[in-house]
Formats: sequence, structure tokens, C-alpha cells
Amino acid sequence: MGGIDNTNLALRLEVKNVTKRYPSVVANSDVNLQVAPGEIHAVLGENGAGKSTLMKIIYGAVKPDMGEVLLDGQRRLIRNPKEARALGISMVFQHFSLFETVTVAENIWLGLDQSLTLENVREQTMRKAKIYGLDVEPDRPVHSLSVGERQRVEIVRALLSDPKVLILDEPTSVLTPQAVRKLFVTLRQLAADGCSVLYISHKLDEIRELCSHCTVLRGGKVTGHVDPRNESNASLSRLMIGAEPPKLQHRDVKTGAIGLQAKGLSIIADSPFGATLDNINFEVRAGEIVGIAGVSGNGQQEFLAALSGECTRAPVGSISLFGNDISKRNPRVRRAGGLHFVPEERLGRGAVPTLSLAANTLLSRASDVVGKPPLSWIWPKATATLAEGIIKRFNVKAAGPSAQAKSLSGGNLQKYIVGREISANPKVLIVSQPTWGVDVGAAAQIRGELLKLRDEGCALLVVSEELDELFEVCDRLHVMAKGRLSPSINTADATVEKIGEWMSGLWDSASTGAAHA
Amino acid sequence: MESLALLIAATFNAGTVLAIAALGLLISEKSGIVNLGAEGMMLCAAIAGFAAVVHTGNDWVGFVAGMAAGAGLAAIFGVLVIWLNTNQYATGLALSLFGAGFSAFVGVKYVQEKLPPRPSFAIPGLSDIPFIGPALFKQHPLAYVAIALALAIIWFLFKTRAGLVLRSVGESPESAHSLGYPVRRIRLLAVMFGGAMCGLSGAYLSVIYTPLWVEGMVSGKGWIALALTTFATWRPLRVLFGAYLFGGVTMMQFHLQSQGVDIPSQLLSMAPYVATIVVLALISRNPAWIRINMPASMGKPFYPGS
Repeated sequence: MGGIDNTNLALRLEVKNVTKRYPSVVANSDVNLQVAPGEIHAVLGENGAGKSTLMKIIYGAVKPDMGEVLLDGQRRLIRNPKEARALGISMVFQHFSLFETVTVAENIWLGLDQSLTLENVREQTMRKAKIYGLDVEPDRPVHSLSVGERQRVEIVRALLSDPKVLILDEPTSVLTPQAVRKLFVTLRQLAADGCSVLYISHKLDEIRELCSHCTVLRGGKVTGHVDPRNESNASLSRLMIGAEPPKLQHRDVKTGAIGLQAKGLSIIADSPFGATLDNINFEVRAGEIVGIAGVSGNGQQEFLAALSGECTRAPVGSISLFGNDISKRNPRVRRAGGLHFVPEERLGRGAVPTLSLAANTLLSRASDVVGKPPLSWIWPKATATLAEGIIKRFNVKAAGPSAQAKSLSGGNLQKYIVGREISANPKVLIVSQPTWGVDVGAAAQIRGELLKLRDEGCALLVVSEELDELFEVCDRLHVMAKGRLSPSINTADATVEKIGEWMSGLWDSASTGAAHA
Repeated sequence: MESLALLIAATFNAGTVLAIAALGLLISEKSGIVNLGAEGMMLCAAIAGFAAVVHTGNDWVGFVAGMAAGAGLAAIFGVLVIWLNTNQYATGLALSLFGAGFSAFVGVKYVQEKLPPRPSFAIPGLSDIPFIGPALFKQHPLAYVAIALALAIIWFLFKTRAGLVLRSVGESPESAHSLGYPVRRIRLLAVMFGGAMCGLSGAYLSVIYTPLWVEGMVSGKGWIALALTTFATWRPLRVLFGAYLFGGVTMMQFHLQSQGVDIPSQLLSMAPYVATIVVLALISRNPAWIRINMPASMGKPFYPGS
């Protein structure tokens, strides 16, 4: 598209032959990108395809080894984000860079380079927010905001510098479907006002709906410049991963006994950053996968901590495992009872970053590889063999059992951790964000393993922000909103619209006829 | 009645030493840097201030010398932990040990020295009020500076943009860096301010409070100041209150010991520590408040983007 020189004059942003190498990987190889004023341009690619590196180069946070960035036809050396903002390039990060303990207006104030007064900033914030229909309350401290509200603050902050180019990194991963609609309206309005939008995503539907141009990256290289409106999900997917993701087999449910059950589970938040759980009732039976949808920060963390045993403040009798009350038991006891847990943070909670894979296996599977107490000698050979087995069975790309956990890529470490728990033959498995930051191939494999486990009679609870994923693997769905859990609905009867409505906590008013259990 | 007024005056005086140091450390910690070297900085500042007064005869030169000594040592500490990313706790401990040894070494020939006659201060008019005058208004000017300092820090932290930037750096240096703030420079300035205040406190100790030079004369006040900032959940007025509380109980137990009360002196000596910890732990026991006031990046190294 438009590689002729005289058309370049009309381009807002042009990236020419950018290459960035890291010691172990080429993040960007000879990448070209052209964006016209007022264009919503998608950058599509899997995790690790080099999207983030490219955006950081444009935003001045990373220096390219080769290549150049042109803004309005002029070659620009952008050395840091401050210079990028001065040139009219703003970025909204996937993981927000807001300060939790200060107010919205103060956060925005911090991001502005001019020496305005706080009062000025409040007024401008309100005005911008009004123009683009983004409701923000300037005087609230950020820690009291939901994720969607935080994103709106980030966007308003970016807009206050009147950017010519706005970069959004995976902006919808934390939003309800309704909030996504609102975001799209804002972005279209911005584009109509002449701002160029760079929209980074791996969600094909969104890109086809919103964007008029799309640059696809795979393994650091551009694999296509297309008009996504003329493409299908399958054709985009082929550009993105070189193949279509394998289809999953979903067989009929044959449920058995109740594995994990919560009855009237209420826990009051112990910090202003936490959520209060309010009378949660649910059950997972052997042989089924129950999904919990919802925007993170609505109580999922607290709920999972209560189920896994990291938090034992649940009232007596509120959580049971195969009929036994476990609400006050620690995670080891629960593990011994067959309840296994894969947390969403791989490094730090799922694995100790600096320990080897073998040692990490030892930590959660000690009974298999250590001798009798009180000495409990470690059997290094058995530990290594166990780790080796998991690496082989789950196709983990790692240097071997002695590789440090942090040396693995996100997807491979996730495969390893899920594999570690699956190979322990759990009776109940709780998985949080099973495929967060995992590439499409590995995600499909992990989902396949979860389905296999279900068919073998394990009870599974999957908590995820990715609706597609939940619809794909779950038999029944709940939604968590504001610390409450919706009734369950069979996935076959659920629609994205309905789940989206529930995500805002509106299940009481809607028909609850579909609820069961 | 008169002895009570004297007790209050002594409390005010003793609290001042702790308050000035702790308020300085509060600023340093709000930027995310814990400086365990407070004791060492205070000792070096004490001898620097004492020596300066011996040679010049001017107390204010002594205070400036103490502040310079504290800020100088803090700057060395700051460069080590902020740029070279050495461990904050280990480096702080090293500074403490170094300060103790170095001040003793330099101070040997000052042990016998005497300062010129100590001036007495009184605020005209106010100091003539019965009871209140001798209790509150016959202090050295620095005692009032300590209160002004607490108020100034509140204004700075919560009413100015610079204070907001400092708090942001302490909460998330990564985010502050990505917004273009010079995180390392801001932290160095905060650490040096902390050092200067520890220095002022140390000089006050050797020039006004004691006033003489003895090896190790700070005797743990640096550590108490460090503990005060934490127990007061990094809130300036609570730091001030904690400092006076500690000073008050200390003076009270001296008073009781001198009266020959039948309580083992070890128990009495323990009282100020116990009282301060218990009271501050009670008023600051709300975990929500601790999380909001505690600088989240405190003690953690920061590597600006790669």
C-alpha cells in the first residue's frame, strides 16, 4: 500500500525499516508501517510478535537498532516518551501507569508537562471528558476506581495533550462488551477529528469492526497490510499465526458428584484496594467445566484466594470439597484433598522465578519426591524426572528441568504450571486466566488439556476475562460483578450480550429463568 | 507545679531531637529510599557541629556544619543505592557503623572540649506567663522549627506539585519515569534532605541538648527516628506526636528514677520504647491507612527502562 514517495507527504506517521534485536530474539525485523491522519490503524499479532516493541519505539521508550520514524513527513529522533508527547504522540498502556494513592486530577496533572494549576487541570479534564463522553470524577482517588474507569482516566490524560497519534495497547482486554462499545464510539469520534489511532490487539472481531487498515506482525516481521473490513477471521488468523487455530472438540457433559461448593460465602474486604464478597453460592461437579466471567477487580482475586486457601477468612461451612468443610484449611490440606490451583500470576505465585523447574515442581508436589519426615531429604533424581516428564508431555520449550522458571517465555511457563497441576491428577482444578499472555498455539493446547481433564472426571473452575475462551471450554458460566456471583447459565444458552449485561451486575432485573443449580 | 513545667519543657526539648530527624527521614522514605544510616549520620553531624562551635563559637555555624555532614553522607549513600543499586538496608547499616566509628575517631580530641556558655532563650512576653511560659516558651528556636517543619512538610507533600511528584516517585518509580520525571535525581534530593535533617538533629544534640561530645552520644536516637516514621505511617503530625511522646516518657522515667521509685531501672528505661510502640501502633492500626500512606516502592531497587 502507498509506498510511492509523493503520497508520504500526506502520512501522519511512517515507520521505515525498523529493526530491534534483543540478545535472544529479534523483536522487530525490517518493519514498515504507514498511518494517515484520522485513520484507525490496527496492529495485529500474537503475544511476542513484536507489537509492543514497535509501539515503544514509536513512543520513544525503546531505541531501534535500525530504521526511522517519520511524523508528518519529517524524520524524528524520539529519545524518550516526553519527547514523543511533545511531538503529539500519546500512548495508553495495557497495564496502566496510574498512581493508586492520588486522585484522578492529580494523576492527570502529573502527566502534563506544562505548569498548569491543579484547578486548571480539573476543568480541562472535565471538558475533554464531556466532549468524548468519558465519565471521570476528578477528585476520586485512583485506587477506588474500576479497571474500566482507570482506562478512561488514561485516555483522558492522553487526550489532554491533543495528540496527533494515539496508541492504544490491547485496550479492550479489561473491558465489558458494553464498555468496548463506548470506547469504540470515542475512538471513532477522535479519528473524525483528525487524530490517528494505532490500535494494538489480537482480537480479530474488534479489528474488523473498528479499523480501516491493519498491519499484521508475526515473529517480528510484517506479514501483511490489509483492509480488515474485507477479511475474515480465518484469513486474518492465517496472517497472524500462519495457520488457523485447531478446533476444539466439545463432548457432552457427564457430571458426577459435587466437587467444590460454596454456600453463602461472604468476606469483607480487608483493604481499600480489595473487593467484598457478598453471599456467593456455586458448585462444580466432577466432569464439568464451570467458567466465571467478569472484569477483573470485581472480587475474583478474593474469591480465588478463599477457594485456594491463601485466605482463610471464609466463614465456617461456606466452602466444601467433596462434602468436607475446608473453609479454614490451608492450601496444603486442600491440595492433599485433591484441590489444585493455577494462579494468574505465573511468576511469583505460580512459580518461584529464580528456582529451577524441578525445584518448582518440588514445591507443590513434595510428597512424590521427598523422603520421610522429619528429615524429608529431597530426591534430586526423582524431582528431575518428574519435571522432565511434564516438559515432555506438555511440549514445554525449556532448556530442561534445571532451567530457571523465569527463563521460560510466558506461554511455556504457563504450559509447565498447568501441566504440573494436571499431572498431579487433581480431583478439582481451579485455573485463573489460563491463557493470559499465551500465544494462540499454546492457548489451544492448554484448553485442550483442560477439556481432556474434564472428560477424565475432574471438576474444573476456570476464571477468565476472555469471553471467547470461556464460551469455548466451559459447560456452564457464572459472572462475577461487584463481589457478587450471578446464577449459572448453560454456555449453550448464553450470549455475549447477556453475559455483558451480567458483567455490570444486572442479572436480578433480567430474566433468571436460565439459571439452574 | 514548677517541676511539671520543667518536665514539659524537657519533653519538648527531647522530642525536638527525634522530630527533626524523623521528619527528614519521612521525606527520604516518601521517595522510596530507606536510609538505615540515620544513627551514623547523626553521630557524624554531632561531632561536626560540636567541633564547628568549638572553633567558631557560633552555634548556627555548628548547625550548618551538622547539616552539611548529614547531607554529605546521605549523598554518598544515595549515589550507592540509587545509581549503583546496592542494597538499601545493607548500605544503610554500613553507613551507621561507619558513622559511629568515624565520629569516635574524629571526636577523640574533642572529648574534653567545652563549649562557650550556652545561651538561654525566652520569647518576650509569652515566656512570662506563669506555668505555660517556662513549659513552652523558653526553648531553643530549633524546637519551634521542628513544629514548623512538620507543617511545612504537610503543605509540601499534599499541596504542591513537587510534593505530588515526590509521592508518585515513591509509589511507582517506573510510572514516574515513564512520565519523564528524573526519578533518580528526585530520590537523591529527598535522601539528602533526610541527611541534612538528621544532621541538624545531631548537631542540636551535641550543641544544645547535651551539650558536649561523647563517643556514641546519639545512643539509638537515629534508630528511634527511623522507627517513628514507620509507626506514624509516614504522616508528619503523627511523627511529631510520637517524638514528643517518646521524649515525654523518657523524661518521666528519668524523673521517677531520680525520685528513687521502687521500680527496677531497666523497666523504667524500657518504658519510652514500649509506650511509643504501643500508642503509635494503636492509632495507626488501620491497614487501609497504612497501605495508602506507605510508599509502595520503599526499599526496592529501581532500574530505569532498558
